[in-house]
Amino acid sequence: MRFERRDHPSRGLTLLAPLGAILAALLGAGVLIAIAGANPLEAYGLILKGALGSRLGFSEMLTRATPLILTGLAAAVAFRARLWNIGGEGQFYMGALAVAAFGMIPAIAGLPAPLAILLCLIAGAVAGMVLLLLPLGLRLKFGVDEVVTTLLLNFVAVLFVSLMIEGAMKDPLAFGWPQSVPVPDSAVLPKLMERTRLHAGLVIAVVMAVAVWWIQSRTVFGMRARAAGLNPRAASFAGVPLGRTLIVVACLSGGMAGLAGAIEVMGVKGYVSTDLSPSYGYSGIIIAMLANLNPLGVIAAALFSAVMFVGADSMSRALGIPSYIADVTVALSLLTMLVAIFLTQYRIRK
Amino acid sequence: MSTLLDILSSIGMWEAVLRIATPLIFGTLGVLLCERVGVLNLGIEGIMTFGAMVGWLTVYSGGDLWTGMLAAAAAGALFGLLHAMMTVPLGLSQHVTGLGITLFASSLSYYIFRLAVPTASSPPTVTPFKPLPIPGLSEIPFVGPVLFSQTPPTYLALALVALLAFGLYRTPLGLALRMTGENPHAADAQGLDPIGLRIGAIMAGSALMAMGGAFLTLAAFNSFFPTMIQGRGWICVALVVFASWRPQRALLGALLFAFFDAFQLRLQTVVDGVPYQLFLMLPYLLSILALILMARRARVPQALMQPYRRGER
Amino acid sequence: MTRVLELDGITKRFGAVTANEDVSLHLDRGEIVALLGENGAGKTTLMSILFGHYTADEGTVKVEGAELPPGKSRAAIKAGVGMVHQHFALAPNLTVLDNVMTGTESLWKLRSDRRAGRKRLVELSERFGLKVDPDARVSELSVGECQRVEILKALYNDARILILDEPTAVLTAQEAEGLFATLKDMAAKGLSLIFISHKLGEVMSASDRVVVLRRGKVVAERRTSETSKEELAELMVGRAVKRPERPPATPGAVLLEAVDLSLGGRGGASLKSVNFRLHANETLGVIGVSGNGQTTLAGVVSGLHAPDGGALLVEGHEVDRFDVPHAIASGIGRIPEDRNAEGSIGDMATWENAVLERIWAPEFSRGGVVKRAAARAETQGIIDTYDVRGATVDGRIRLLSGGNMQKLILGRVLNAGPKILVAAQPSRGLDEGAIAGVHERLLEARGRGAGVLLISEDLDEVMALSDRICAIVNGRLSPAIPAEKANSQLLGLMMAGDWSAAEQIEAGTARGTADAL
Repeated sequence: MRFERRDHPSRGLTLLAPLGAILAALLGAGVLIAIAGANPLEAYGLILKGALGSRLGFSEMLTRATPLILTGLAAAVAFRARLWNIGGEGQFYMGALAVAAFGMIPAIAGLPAPLAILLCLIAGAVAGMVLLLLPLGLRLKFGVDEVVTTLLLNFVAVLFVSLMIEGAMKDPLAFGWPQSVPVPDSAVLPKLMERTRLHAGLVIAVVMAVAVWWIQSRTVFGMRARAAGLNPRAASFAGVPLGRTLIVVACLSGGMAGLAGAIEVMGVKGYVSTDLSPSYGYSGIIIAMLANLNPLGVIAAALFSAVMFVGADSMSRALGIPSYIADVTVALSLLTMLVAIFLTQYRIRK
Repeated sequence: MSTLLDILSSIGMWEAVLRIATPLIFGTLGVLLCERVGVLNLGIEGIMTFGAMVGWLTVYSGGDLWTGMLAAAAAGALFGLLHAMMTVPLGLSQHVTGLGITLFASSLSYYIFRLAVPTASSPPTVTPFKPLPIPGLSEIPFVGPVLFSQTPPTYLALALVALLAFGLYRTPLGLALRMTGENPHAADAQGLDPIGLRIGAIMAGSALMAMGGAFLTLAAFNSFFPTMIQGRGWICVALVVFASWRPQRALLGALLFAFFDAFQLRLQTVVDGVPYQLFLMLPYLLSILALILMARRARVPQALMQPYRRGER
Repeated sequence: MTRVLELDGITKRFGAVTANEDVSLHLDRGEIVALLGENGAGKTTLMSILFGHYTADEGTVKVEGAELPPGKSRAAIKAGVGMVHQHFALAPNLTVLDNVMTGTESLWKLRSDRRAGRKRLVELSERFGLKVDPDARVSELSVGECQRVEILKALYNDARILILDEPTAVLTAQEAEGLFATLKDMAAKGLSLIFISHKLGEVMSASDRVVVLRRGKVVAERRTSETSKEELAELMVGRAVKRPERPPATPGAVLLEAVDLSLGGRGGASLKSVNFRLHANETLGVIGVSGNGQTTLAGVVSGLHAPDGGALLVEGHEVDRFDVPHAIASGIGRIPEDRNAEGSIGDMATWENAVLERIWAPEFSRGGVVKRAAARAETQGIIDTYDVRGATVDGRIRLLSGGNMQKLILGRVLNAGPKILVAAQPSRGLDEGAIAGVHERLLEARGRGAGVLLISEDLDEVMALSDRICAIVNGRLSPAIPAEKANSQLLGLMMAGDWSAAEQIEAGTARGTADAL
């Protein structure tokens, strides 16, 4: 058996790939649900109902999708340029922490809401950037592969958050719980729907996705970043400054992940704790791959993941299936997606 | 000063070094084996998690401890096979596939664990491996308790270092594996099957990773809980670079690392005013430091991360 | 004579492409057969089938009367077939002995017998005069030595039939001569050899018999003693392709000047005090064996790296910023040495490949936003003007043939109207028709007043296109001699580092020029 590269991968096949991948993942997870003694179809029905069947469920789903869109963008932007940023989780926390720290400055707290929000968002994005620029610097300067360094920095970042919220930034009113001082009211994102947690962060995330899509497909920088990722040697021959391009990519990628953390604090939690993220950073990688690294596709992939996560919670309560099934399905869909992309590019021959 | 000396001269500290090093030795050897044939295996974190869960579950449901280790190894090999099928014949991105395996294997571990133990506030325990003093040797002062009163899997890990060192450098199979990681075309030209060799090595390496995970639940601790691997897998990936892809140096790296870990644990209890988080950060920062030191010096297998497809034009 | 090898009716298709069609070929004991053909004629595919790398769709391979099972290199090796690959199948990090012994023992043996292996390797290397140090790391060997290791690998496997794929592609003239002496000696000792080549000279001098392959088919078979270079050339190409002639031209003003240009580097990659002048309406040929600094020289002029010392002057102005946009803006056009690795990005669209190196220019972007319509119009223009077949503006460039890829690269460079053209190995790996096309474009550029810096390893090409020729050896540039005074013997000496004759000629020319003024 041999694989032969398709000369002209069909567009239809490429669009179908994520659907096929998700279907295959649902099939696989269905077996696990059946093993647990439940009817997979019933379980999936409950998941859909939980996430889409009520106003509250739907708003929760969108709330969940918001940070996922941003961490998905973080991974998609970086992977396109072959910058293996696996540190979305750490960058998320740094972004969150930066907002909380910023909020503690009285001058910021006293600003009018739009300005305070803007400054806090910028602070979060910059914090995320910094955490990615460190490993990128190590790669450019010492040739250290960024995969492992970004992964390791995730743990360092969470420990740093823990250090701060048990120390300098500890909320004295939290009855001893390790959590940060809450962000001031002026920095809280407005709600999108009454009596739900859905907040304006969703709009920011969608705008970011469109912006990233535009940057990638329409600007000189976007073209250069893609060239640098596909063939660094040829890109450099064509005058693409590799180091500088990667630095900008890192700012964009780390910035998105940092923004995700900032928005989660400003829109949902109001303070930072070490359980702020149910591994949003890692899920971002899956979402980016499901979207085939397309920024607009990231929105759809994030919605799918959010439906799974939110729906699984209510399904779990009803059927007694561990809600980890959502994590399993989403992770499995990454693997099936890889195979699906492969099948769009290659045909199998005897 | 005297407290430092107290720590450094305590038998308990040195005994802990080998105990802490054991899962790292298993994991590092596993990564090393995969990378020696040219395949990065970022599935390690998830495979270790799964190994820890399967090892624990096997013993919890009545299997004996070695059956638990074996079950973990088999499960690891299966995930290795998955990783191998995707990265070798299909040639998919080794980075992304590995991460996918990690996410899949760890979430699957938690799912199965929750199925097995639906409601328990504190994780149920098993009776772990007991230290097995080696008659005679264990009675040597200081060295005896440190080196020769460990649990059996620790001895196994040390034996594996020697086995792998010998196997890679002294046997025809080892040469074939190394050639596959250096230049699969050359291996093919000599009539070897680089695809098969890669798949086999990845399965074996992944089995080792899973055993490292199982050591945690069956020897170091006595129960399973989510996120218990705590980045140990990633540290192993860094240690392999530090070891320049050589088994003996992998052992050295794991020991060195474990030494710092054991040392900081004890230091935490005697040093006041320094937040414990700073101590906990040390292992990760040390790994990054090791990478910086070795990044340009290490002799990387030349075909690492290069997919090999025969007959592709 | 004993027939040792017989290929019968081999057909191999890759998708819609037929690489080999009904090819039959035989080899007798002690014989050297040359397999002659252009790039893409199917030579390598045929030999890969013989060696079991590919499975033929039809046809059989027989070694000493026994049929080989298809698709198994192991079986070919066992039957006594050894292959020396064009791109050496060696592991640089391992030792010579490791490379030779890989796969020669049973994988399940508990201990490798290295002592016996070393003994055997030393014996073979003495018997065939192939000297190598068994314990040297392959990365420390020269190209010639690597090839010896490749041959020794085959001999170590008891090869009685040896196949060499373009064995002289990376060798100096002297090394090539040495190699063919070794091969003849091996044939005299009873081995049978096939070597693949597209170089007529070596085919005529080293083979007993020639099999000519064209478009996957055997088109002719000749005893070497009964044929001629001219006949073989026509058989190989299928028609009489004439490369364009260089019309006389009067050099104009100095466009590009290097003064003591130096760049430190490892091995042969450095430049040591390089001086040259390139005039308008002139082609300066730089000949040299690969790895002597020509890539670095091209890189400095192309704006890829800055020199450590000396100066580069473009039209009298010293270059102070060595980067690609500045090089291009100052009128330098660049044809890269490696079309696929350096000159194109396979998974990007044709239009992106066509404008990427000038994307900063106001024609193609404004305020950081790409002017897609303009870029695509430019690309369509290049495709039409330069006859880039198989290319569409939005299609990926990966599928273009070498010749068409080079047309696109020539097009994107020449469309910018460069005053100086750096052409590095512009016809490497192209077939005759495409080479003629490339040469025509280079001559055209010179004709309209550009200065062409031609860097090539191909003597014929350099002699055909250049007005003056110099050699690059170990990072140093020899004196330039006028093309009229050049012949392959003199250029061979220059490439080997013997510049005394060249110095005399240059001194003479300089005096002549001084007299004329």
